[in-house]
Amino acid sequence: MRYALLLHLVLTALFVYQQASANPQAEPAVVNPQSSVTDKNNLLGLPPVPIPANNPQTADKIALGDKLFHDKRFSVDGTVSCANCHNDKLAFTDGLPVSVGHHGLTGTRNAPTVLNAAFNPSQFWDGREPDLEGQAKQPLINPVEHGLANHEPILEITRTDPYYSTAFQSVFGVSGKKITMDHVAQAIASFERTLISGNSAFDRYYFKGQADAMTEAQVRGFDLFIGQGRCVSCHTIEQDHALFTDGRFHNIGVGINQIQQDVPRLAQAFLEAKNKGGNVDNMVLTDKKSSELGRFAVTDELSQIGAFKTPTLRNVELTAPYMHDGSLKTLKEVMVHYNNGGVGKTDEPINDFLSGGIRPLNLTEPQLDDLVDFMKALTSSKYAKPATSLKGNSP
Amino acid sequence: MNSINNSRRNFIKTAGTLAIDSTLPISLVELAFAESSQNFTFAYISDAHIQHIKDNRFVRNWDRGLIRAVAEANLLVPKPDFVMFGGDLAQLGSKPELDHGAQILSALHGNVHYVMGEHDYYLDLGKYWEKLFGPQYYSFDHKGVHFVVLNSIKTYDDWTFKRWPTTEQRMLEMAGLDNPNGSPFMVGDEQRLWLKNDLAKVTKDTPVVVFSHSPLQKIYKGWNFWTEDAEQVQALLKPFNKVSVIYGHVHQIQYNQIGNISFNSVMATAWPWPYPQSYAQAEQYLPKLTVPMNRADPFFERDATGWQFINMANGNADLNFTLYDNTSRIVRHNRKQKRPEDAVYQDEKARIVPQTHY
Repeated sequence: MRYALLLHLVLTALFVYQQASANPQAEPAVVNPQSSVTDKNNLLGLPPVPIPANNPQTADKIALGDKLFHDKRFSVDGTVSCANCHNDKLAFTDGLPVSVGHHGLTGTRNAPTVLNAAFNPSQFWDGREPDLEGQAKQPLINPVEHGLANHEPILEITRTDPYYSTAFQSVFGVSGKKITMDHVAQAIASFERTLISGNSAFDRYYFKGQADAMTEAQVRGFDLFIGQGRCVSCHTIEQDHALFTDGRFHNIGVGINQIQQDVPRLAQAFLEAKNKGGNVDNMVLTDKKSSELGRFAVTDELSQIGAFKTPTLRNVELTAPYMHDGSLKTLKEVMVHYNNGGVGKTDEPINDFLSGGIRPLNLTEPQLDDLVDFMKALTSSKYAKPATSLKGNSP
Repeated sequence: MNSINNSRRNFIKTAGTLAIDSTLPISLVELAFAESSQNFTFAYISDAHIQHIKDNRFVRNWDRGLIRAVAEANLLVPKPDFVMFGGDLAQLGSKPELDHGAQILSALHGNVHYVMGEHDYYLDLGKYWEKLFGPQYYSFDHKGVHFVVLNSIKTYDDWTFKRWPTTEQRMLEMAGLDNPNGSPFMVGDEQRLWLKNDLAKVTKDTPVVVFSHSPLQKIYKGWNFWTEDAEQVQALLKPFNKVSVIYGHVHQIQYNQIGNISFNSVMATAWPWPYPQSYAQAEQYLPKLTVPMNRADPFFERDATGWQFINMANGNADLNFTLYDNTSRIVRHNRKQKRPEDAVYQDEKARIVPQTHY
């Protein structure tokens, strides 16, 4: 089943690549995957995948990236690959509140799905890397993830392993010492750019005008999503596509609520450590409390304290638990949190730095349930479980 | 190669050479007094408009704006020497509003000085406000700078004392924009005389900073972005080498230079006003130097609101604006041009293109 999927993806990517190479003048290299006849349905509701000009898609590169993505040798104890936390079978997440690295060590943040990550204008919950290439390098050398001290062991393997030697030679035209982490990251990123998936019940309802694609409850939920629930202001829907994220950072009262008294101490200590050369990636993933400073840790801006990136909602049904710290188990809990205006319980103190978009919504229980139902309309048919897929909707 | 490394490199480049241990905010390193003991900053929060609904209920949005600014101002490192509150703490000047606002402000660390706004004043002419915060106009000296606080939102006695059947109505009339029943703000004879005497004790090379609620310049009368006796106040300030006027009331970023006087506005924590030129049919005089902000996104209730810390560098005021869901801005005194200027957007080519609406 997985191989079928991969073949499928490779074919798609190959087609995309051919399109791109047919038009070498196109700068930046953005191709329209919707023109792909092989997988047209899967892309319904998505914009063209942005492909960086310096890292065009090729079938060989994608296959190499796939291999690298699943290689457990790239860790301190040989047990951790990218796919540990971004598991193909779990919609490229791990189903855990926070990710588990080598020797059972845990980080501080919930593994986001790789599906459609290619569209994110920045990577990681705090956006500390601008692109997939930059992102791919970090977990490998994080002390609680892959746990390597530096990238050398990975390069050693790629330089000596027969498969990799051949592959890097054919994809990048390099071998031996000429293979760098940039090549490794580019291949992984290319593979990840094939992990895109639209075509949910919502897409068929909204972009194809299939009135019966969503259930009545889902239609009610959609009305709330763009109305009283105020969801759409951050989880955006455009006229001809929907990524369900504004790519921006908001303090929505998750995580930060538990460390409010510590913020002055943490903020100052964090900046002092950063100024002395501390590594942000290590600091936010190894210290739970510093992690909650959110985007502030990246920009040093007071207005970003406790702010995290808006995640896409596509396939959200499959990516529990929720929020940057995995602290909410169900979609219903998420709705309750928002309905309360940024707190889990109405008598909890609101954090001082709460985003101005978050306020009590006065939604009723049935309305919250409708919103949860609507979330389930955002699952791509490709990943929909039989029980939740609607009759007559398979592509 | 890597955004974090890049940002850290820039950070070290900015702060490292000056060996500043405490690091927030980074932009504080540019200080230019001869004696470093005279370099200092202060925070400025303004226009909270705390609004009473009834019983113990207050408008949540205005509460949250002030709470957030207070919490953030408390995080400033190096610690500001004092905090200014720029007026309009209340919406309709009532005791519950002033009490509730004072309670939120009480979380601020360090010394706070207060400016009177018209929303604080016109119910009881500032009597309860005085009980909470002290005199309506005063001056103080700090590290070689002479600071003056004026109550600039008074008006003609006839309007204040003879026009209105109730004090509540007087308050409401003055709170309205484009109100034909309104009346222009002024500092008035009594305070101008006091100011003259106060400044007589100050040497001409002492930097002078004046805090007022309304602009001590004439911008747009319909919204009282205006002080009727602005020219007379400016004349009293003219003999000094370095004068800064910092005002609230306008809920937007404005800056200007008139002769030796630099004008800067501060942001509101409550809501933004549009720039008069985008709204008014009548002639208006928005300062030529001012670069307007982009239109606020109404979804984000804090958008186009904010607060600021002010860097007193070489006796001039540099304003660092913390803005939400927006790009933070710095309006710095340009030493060469001798006027305040936006650090990034002043150049036409660097400006964000306004949104087009269909």
